[in-house]
Amino acid sequence: MQQIACHECDLVHTVPKMAVGTSARCVRCGSVLFSIKAQSIDRTLAWTIAGLVLYGVAVSFPFLTMKSGAIMQQTALLSGMQQLFLQGEIVLATLVLLTCVLIPLLQMLILLYVFLPLKLNIRAIYAIPTFRLFQHFRPWSMIEIYMLGILVAIVKLAKIATIVPGLAVGAFGLLVIVLTCAISSIDTHLIWQRLGSD
Amino acid sequence: MKNEKIFASAKQLGLVSCHDCHLLSRWPKPAHRQIALCPRCGGPLHQRKVHSIARTWALLLAAIILYIPANVLPMTVTTTLGSAQADTIMSGVSYFIHSGSWEIALVIFTASIFVPLMKFIILIYLLLSVQFKSVKRPKDRTVLYRITEAVGRWSMVDVYVVTILVALVKLGVLANIEAGPAAIYFASVVVITMIAAESFDPRLIWDVMEVDA
Ligand SMILES: [Zn+2]
Ligand SMILES: [Zn+2]
Repeated sequence: MQQIACHECDLVHTVPKMAVGTSARCVRCGSVLFSIKAQSIDRTLAWTIAGLVLYGVAVSFPFLTMKSGAIMQQTALLSGMQQLFLQGEIVLATLVLLTCVLIPLLQMLILLYVFLPLKLNIRAIYAIPTFRLFQHFRPWSMIEIYMLGILVAIVKLAKIATIVPGLAVGAFGLLVIVLTCAISSIDTHLIWQRLGSD
Repeated sequence: MKNEKIFASAKQLGLVSCHDCHLLSRWPKPAHRQIALCPRCGGPLHQRKVHSIARTWALLLAAIILYIPANVLPMTVTTTLGSAQADTIMSGVSYFIHSGSWEIALVIFTASIFVPLMKFIILIYLLLSVQFKSVKRPKDRTVLYRITEAVGRWSMVDVYVVTILVALVKLGVLANIEAGPAAIYFASVVVITMIAAESFDPRLIWDVMEVDA
């Protein structure tokens, strides 16, 4: 038995011990109070490690190549941001770099840093502020939206040139799925209990 | 006894729920210019988000003002063999309609025009409903807030399209695409409305219900 307040309407609930795989909803506004997830730490770690590998591929291999007649223009994941920077759009370049490259990487590194010690029953230093930071990053990691942007750009250029997706695009697409899986396997409630217990 | 206990907010019970880790603890009533910290995660505690209404209004108005240049100015400038063509968000949408890719036109229209406008309208409605102490349909208003908070980030897609186009179409005098001045305005609108939605406190919707209870 423990008490928790709904974070959308502030109603206090007394929650009994719940079974794995179930979630508790607020009786008044219907928002999810928390979910109990199976093997949360193991699964999050597995997805995170897979994500880091895919991330490595996504940043280092050819991304999109445009072919038009005899001309070929090859790009990498970072080319667009670099090009914006060269055009003087420094703020815009930084924003794209943060939301699609740096924050997703930081998210995975934080998960590894906080979850791996938890798995080994030790506690990383500054695990609590680091995990708080992770939660604040969540809305600002936008790789799934970047993926949609890639599709739109391909359609837009299809009329004037042939776009050849590189290995990095495939890795990036998988990364979107893997990172979503990593984040949805986190049992936030459990993690805070573990981090807060001493 | 049971009913009274079930239908009380943390604020009414003199408790506070941590925004970061959701721990429920006693509200220590910090003195002026002091802040209370969560005993578990050390995050700053407040029973309601600080200056939620004023902050949300300010950010919302800033976003609405920036939304004008974001739509009027060009998002991209395409140069093909010396002739330049400037494209706004709307002309991008109509390009996709005319070239037959109506699905893409729909994606861009939804993300760049429909979602920001809906977000402005919903946030204004939520702010006014709280300020006029409305008791109507609090659950629906909470759901509306939840949706607004979740979909806002998708508006960023057009900015990413520009980023990708700029990298790909870089063929010197033959063809070249540059980001137009609207891109940074539009990106600001998305970022600012995301922060505006985050500053709004949905618990304010429910506070009025509890005064009478
Ligand atoms: Zn609730
Ligand atoms: Zn806390």
